[in-house]
Amino acid sequence: MSTQVTEQEQTEDPAEDQSEHQQRRLAEKAERREARDRMRERAETDLEKADTVFDLKVFRYDPDIPEKEKPRFDTFPVPFTKGMTVLDALMYARDHYDSSLTFRHSCRQAVCGSDALFVNGTQHLGCKTQIVDLGDEDDARVPGTVRVEPLPHQEVVKDLVVDMEHFYDQMNAVEPFFDPDDLPAPDEEQRQARENREKIKMSTRCIWCGACMSSCNIAAGDNEYLGPAAINKAYRFAMDEREGEGKKQERLEIIEQEHGVWRCQTQFSCTEVCPKDIPLTEHIQELKREAVKNNLKFW
Amino acid sequence: MSQSYDRGLVEDFGRWREFSAGMWAWIFHKFTGWVLIGYLFTHIAVLSTATIGEAAYTNTISGLESLLVVRFLEVGLLAVAVFHILNGLRLLFVDLGVGLEAQDRSFYASLVLTGAIVVASVPTFLAGAI
Repeated sequence: MSTQVTEQEQTEDPAEDQSEHQQRRLAEKAERREARDRMRERAETDLEKADTVFDLKVFRYDPDIPEKEKPRFDTFPVPFTKGMTVLDALMYARDHYDSSLTFRHSCRQAVCGSDALFVNGTQHLGCKTQIVDLGDEDDARVPGTVRVEPLPHQEVVKDLVVDMEHFYDQMNAVEPFFDPDDLPAPDEEQRQARENREKIKMSTRCIWCGACMSSCNIAAGDNEYLGPAAINKAYRFAMDEREGEGKKQERLEIIEQEHGVWRCQTQFSCTEVCPKDIPLTEHIQELKREAVKNNLKFW
Repeated sequence: MSQSYDRGLVEDFGRWREFSAGMWAWIFHKFTGWVLIGYLFTHIAVLSTATIGEAAYTNTISGLESLLVVRFLEVGLLAVAVFHILNGLRLLFVDLGVGLEAQDRSFYASLVLTGAIVVASVPTFLAGAI
């Protein structure tokens, strides 16, 4: 389609002293502008037709553009549709108002863990958070304003995108992979007892979204603290009976370091924000007890 | 990645309205802990007047108790101590892994119980002062 337009422009405008490349570029630019205007118009009719409209207030920051260097909030009116999530609203704003609005998302079904955001003052997974759930708790009502910010305690790269590198470093520090002491024979299976599977079930659900780490007050003040997600990962493998005693010992040595489990002060912030409902505090507390038992031996 | 914008720690305590039960419990526990440590010093100072003599100790105590402010401070001290004890028990259970899903309710319970005990103690502490 774009090549067609370019050809037209070329025949229409032969007098201009422009290279073919530049002409094509200008044409594409015009086309984009048109598309943008079209989307804006569509948004206006959407807003007129919609029963409920709410304001999406989004944190904006872009260090590469001088006008956007200073963090600010942009407000986009979004027509509410039934079942709309925070991620849907963000995508609506990006598609209809400002294509430079930047945020991470991928699967849209709470599996990839890309879109943990700070919504109305709490860490939420954008794709899992219904707009109606942000209103009054008693009756599901669309709130007047939904404020979306990037995760706190992480550096903002652009708009809602934060630097996750530190979080991933902490996750990798606990060796988050299955590493048994002895491997089974080639024709053998590595069976796990049902009870053991139940025990680690919740801890396997982590999607690495970083909401817990961002909500943790201790992790905010102590950069070396492993954080709830990493400790939960350590729990998942330390409690897995298939790994064996030797590896468990190694894992306990990692988690009982100075900046390991003992930094947790049971504020329950992580447990409250976890989009996968992992009882993080419970797991951390259990590892604390394991660590004590491991070091207190009277025989 | 180019430069990035660090929002620092500013948002933390500025967002106190959005704190949850566990967070408040933590803040109150820290605060009451520090108050109790501060009280410990005054406690030792007052008690050590007994090393001078019986009369000195009695004079110090009755002097302090005759001040209305001290009576009110005592009520405050009781509130702080009772909350610290009750929340300490709550934390003990949390450490033992008992009732973690009821941690917010147990925090509210310790607050209510603290309030009740403090109100009940007011007549005793303020007797004869007003």
